[in-house]
Amino acid sequence: MDMLLSSPTFVFIQVLNSISLGMNLFIIAAGLSLIFGVLRVINFAHGVFYMFGAYIMYTVAQDLELGFVTGVIAAAAGLAVIAIVVERGLFQWLYGKEHLMQLLLTFAIVLIMGDLAKIIWGTDQLSVSYPDGMSGALNLGITFYPTYRLMLAVIGPVIFIGLFLLIERTRWGRLTRAATQDMEMLSALGINVPVIYVTIFLIGAALAGVGGALAAPINSPTPGMDATIIVECFVIVIIGGLGSLWGTFVGALIYGFVFNFGSVIVPNWQDVFAFLLLMVVLLIRPWGLFGKPEREGH
Amino acid sequence: MGWNMPRGVLISCIVVVTALALVPLADSRYLIDISTEILVYVLFALSLNVIIGYSGNVSFGHAAYFAIGGYANAILLTTYEWPLILSFPTAVVLSGLAAAFVAYFCTRLTDIYFAMLTLAFAMLVWAIAFKWRSVTGGDDGFVGVNVPEFIDGRAPFFYFTLVIVTISSAVLWMICHSAFGQTLVAVRENITRAGFIGVNTRLMRIGAFVVAGSFAGIAGAIFAMYNRGVYTESAFWTESAQVLIMTLLGGMYSFFGPAIGAATLYLLERFANEYTQYWPTVLGVILLVIVLVLPEGLVGLAKRVRERLAGGN
Repeated sequence: MDMLLSSPTFVFIQVLNSISLGMNLFIIAAGLSLIFGVLRVINFAHGVFYMFGAYIMYTVAQDLELGFVTGVIAAAAGLAVIAIVVERGLFQWLYGKEHLMQLLLTFAIVLIMGDLAKIIWGTDQLSVSYPDGMSGALNLGITFYPTYRLMLAVIGPVIFIGLFLLIERTRWGRLTRAATQDMEMLSALGINVPVIYVTIFLIGAALAGVGGALAAPINSPTPGMDATIIVECFVIVIIGGLGSLWGTFVGALIYGFVFNFGSVIVPNWQDVFAFLLLMVVLLIRPWGLFGKPEREGH
Repeated sequence: MGWNMPRGVLISCIVVVTALALVPLADSRYLIDISTEILVYVLFALSLNVIIGYSGNVSFGHAAYFAIGGYANAILLTTYEWPLILSFPTAVVLSGLAAAFVAYFCTRLTDIYFAMLTLAFAMLVWAIAFKWRSVTGGDDGFVGVNVPEFIDGRAPFFYFTLVIVTISSAVLWMICHSAFGQTLVAVRENITRAGFIGVNTRLMRIGAFVVAGSFAGIAGAIFAMYNRGVYTESAFWTESAQVLIMTLLGGMYSFFGPAIGAATLYLLERFANEYTQYWPTVLGVILLVIVLVLPEGLVGLAKRVRERLAGGN
């Protein structure tokens, strides 16, 4: 606490930490929000997708020594394949059914994939080293800051802009948005809606995979990491408003700041601060900062 | 009215309770332990069904109230040396209050947010239990619970559990079949229409949540004494998921469905753990079967089989 008041450099570092954490979480939460926005499914398995991303990174970059970038690509590709299998094999039977059944289906995936990870990667904590040239710190003039964390803070906004352009500025994005409005009308117009659905699920899952791969050097892959991240993502998308990309971006940033500064002001209680924030937001705006009210009767 | 049980159900209940009352005569510690644990889970699952089956909302954080009941009872009994007659009701009231608090936020939203939010609040309870080491014991758990002498022992504790769970289930039955319970069903079936005929739908949903939370608190308070300890895992979301699966496995549109589901899942887990360490996978597969084939649970399956046998089609 005293450090906060006396040292501007310390504050500066904390601000960077907050952004870096927030942006890493944004990548993962964006996938969750995207899947919800189009498919109207809350994907509990998103955390386990993230965990698989981190483990794939370990295998590719650490075990097989194929390099960091290959690891990220492999994580994205691996999750894309898993997503196609899950969506075509299981999910497609449940669109339009009760939300409860969809939730439970994603939970079944959590249980099965969690065990699968234990069989493949064991239960030990695995460590992934920083990519070449990023293990050190960068001189920012007033202070040094870890290069890798800085890179995370930059990748987040790049992905945000990419997703924004994809959804708001391309024909495919327009079709996707139309699918959230009226799926039947869209398919009557000759658009292949199932392809849109599987693609969205694939992109969402791949984002979780990339997020996990990027987080691997900081959060060592270990069983149970899926449970923590899914709750963090829930808090972020609820704060931002489900299905809103802007909301997720802002929510992730706010979460990063509250979590980081919370841990500086009252060490160990940062999780609780995040929940308090959630309650305050819901009191003022029940649909989240950028969300729209659900239609009744669904 | 409508509080009276159909005669068949009443007789089945009497038979089950009597059979359970005879369990300690077999003089098997294993059997008594299993029966005690099943009873606790039965009450836990029945309580959750007030939210799911009757009010039609999904709670993914029901373990929170179980844990609050457990921690409160354990801490009051041990740290503050309260007598059971005070600590137990206080623990139940605290669980109910926590449920009211969460419901106040959750019922502002429709079902999708509702489920996520119940989970988030449950994880808040878990985080507090984990971090508030001086009171809850943190990740070591709260151990050495001061169990009152008159129920200190396997058989006495089993009878204590049997009495409390039987009375609680009877009360839950009455609540679910009262005007309140019937109104909840109306809200579940069509919230807009229920609102139009003058039902305060939000208050009803909050009411369901409080009832469910309180009875989960009872189950938790018993379990804390049974284990002589409370651990953070009892508030973890996987615990919430487990009780949800119990409820659905049995069948959420039937009052006793969740009780059947709780007993079945508990026994399956015991059984599976002797053969494999991959219980989560088994559970995942059970879940897939429920979702894809048996959305109305075992009770729904039984009904279908009976109709088929009766030559319906």
